[in-house]
Amino acid sequence: MPFGTYKEVMALKAKDSKITGVSQDGGVVTALLCYALDKGVIDGALVAGKGETPWLPKPTIATTKEEIMAAAGTKYTINPVVSVIKDAVREQGLEKLAVVGTPCQIYAVQKMRLYPVGARHIPDKIALTIGIFCTENFSYAGLRTIIEDHCKVPVDSVTKMEIGGGKFKVKAAGKEVAIPIKETHKYEQEGCHVCSDLTAEFADISTGSIGTPEGWSTVFTRTTKGKDLLAKALADGIFEKKSMDEFKSPTAPPAPGKKPIKTGLDLLEQMDKQKKDKAKKTFDERKAMGLFVTPEILY
Amino acid sequence: MGLLDKLKSLFGGAPKAAPENKAPEPVKKEVLPPKKEEVKVTKPKVAYVHLSGCTGCLVSLADTYEKLLDVLGAVDMVYNLTLADARTLPEGKFDIAIVEGAVCLQDEESVHLIKEAREKAGLVVAYGDCAATGNVLNNSRGGQWNQPQHESFVPINRVIKVDAYIPGCPPSPEIIYNFCIAAVTGDTEYLKPFMANEAGGYHCGCDLNTRIIENSLCMGCGTCAASCPTRAIEMVYGRPSFNNIRCIKCGACSFACPRSFLPVNKIKGQIV
Repeated sequence: MPFGTYKEVMALKAKDSKITGVSQDGGVVTALLCYALDKGVIDGALVAGKGETPWLPKPTIATTKEEIMAAAGTKYTINPVVSVIKDAVREQGLEKLAVVGTPCQIYAVQKMRLYPVGARHIPDKIALTIGIFCTENFSYAGLRTIIEDHCKVPVDSVTKMEIGGGKFKVKAAGKEVAIPIKETHKYEQEGCHVCSDLTAEFADISTGSIGTPEGWSTVFTRTTKGKDLLAKALADGIFEKKSMDEFKSPTAPPAPGKKPIKTGLDLLEQMDKQKKDKAKKTFDERKAMGLFVTPEILY
Repeated sequence: MGLLDKLKSLFGGAPKAAPENKAPEPVKKEVLPPKKEEVKVTKPKVAYVHLSGCTGCLVSLADTYEKLLDVLGAVDMVYNLTLADARTLPEGKFDIAIVEGAVCLQDEESVHLIKEAREKAGLVVAYGDCAATGNVLNNSRGGQWNQPQHESFVPINRVIKVDAYIPGCPPSPEIIYNFCIAAVTGDTEYLKPFMANEAGGYHCGCDLNTRIIENSLCMGCGTCAASCPTRAIEMVYGRPSFNNIRCIKCGACSFACPRSFLPVNKIKGQIV
């Protein structure tokens, strides 16, 4: 099944303009965390906060709306979010923890729930997992090379980064640069190449930009917990909602010689398949080389 | 099949029980009122063997709180020096030896005890990292009063065959409970990682380099850093950076790493 199991899929956009002012897309993660904190569903969240080095995220334990808001926006490099999970429970005494992460981080958390090695009293403290769609990630040095050498923009002047439509786009003070995504491939993290999960299939709720126009997010609810929380948030008017049918691929046949244009869930399905196929190929190649490959990693 | 046979066949250590549920033969049934006294569940006999350990593993077992009753209720504890009076391992065979602590090769008693446990027990479980990996005792080097010759401490799989390893220093109460329930219900899929050979023997933070990073598998999630009981791992630019001097060789980091094994089917079952 493409995108894993899910209960519902929809397009959402946060109504709060303060949130959409800072968010990457529809502000779904930020708005949902703020809502869950307000309602006491969670008492803290592990997020990608801002670190001291420009665009190097810092795994952060956010316990206020301000801290959650400060972590909005995508950083295209590694944020080892699971590394602070025990600190959140031990030092901060949190009991209802949300974890926001890429698909691999969500499965790390799910494994920890099943096999809590060195994670005493952690499993029952994980109240919510929010997964973010992820095609691949870059090392920090890789990201800086892309920004400074390929886009020719100083990293500390960057205000937003975006991957979409086959481009890596950077917004810096008064400037917008876009380079073909092809140029960035060699800076991808090697560990990403065996990953077959684009849409965070193991999270309670997963969300990302693929499939919806700018300013909106595609959202899957996967568990009863995720579905219930989102239903409450919708009833309380946190989000504008649209059906994914609104973003369907054009039905008109493509112009001669052109490939059919895919949008909405068709586009997401296509990219999901590409990621899965690539992972399978890499897995087989590495195995043939005699490298250790994680059993069961492909799903 | 009794509970014990079921367990043994699960761990693959014992001959398979004779198939008992063959095609049902038509039998003339005499309808009798069921006698309650006759419905007896044979509980596995368990011996808790304490070698060179700190009792922290046993404390962690007690930390399952009210679930401890489930765990203890499912077994017949025949030997446990901390909790009961039996001074020696029982005569004859018993079912499971749970071993805490490493073996000191210069301590005759210890070597004898672990060998005796292996001989008598159907299954041997290395419980906690001292038994499983040697853990902090890998640093032992003798030279201290009043047994300066006590210098070699090894994980129990260096002396005997081990059927399963439960890692952790100590193992978390949750993983102990999960292990016990899986063993009792015959959930082989859950037990598989504990029975893997690589779960036992010498471990170190270096495993992250040799097993994960060198195989291009690390994706920087930070699970290893969270699982380390001594904060020997710090994530630097998305990769574990590990302090060899602080590492106690428990093996938690590589077991916890989602790229060492990923229980996909189990996780899928959890997504409801």
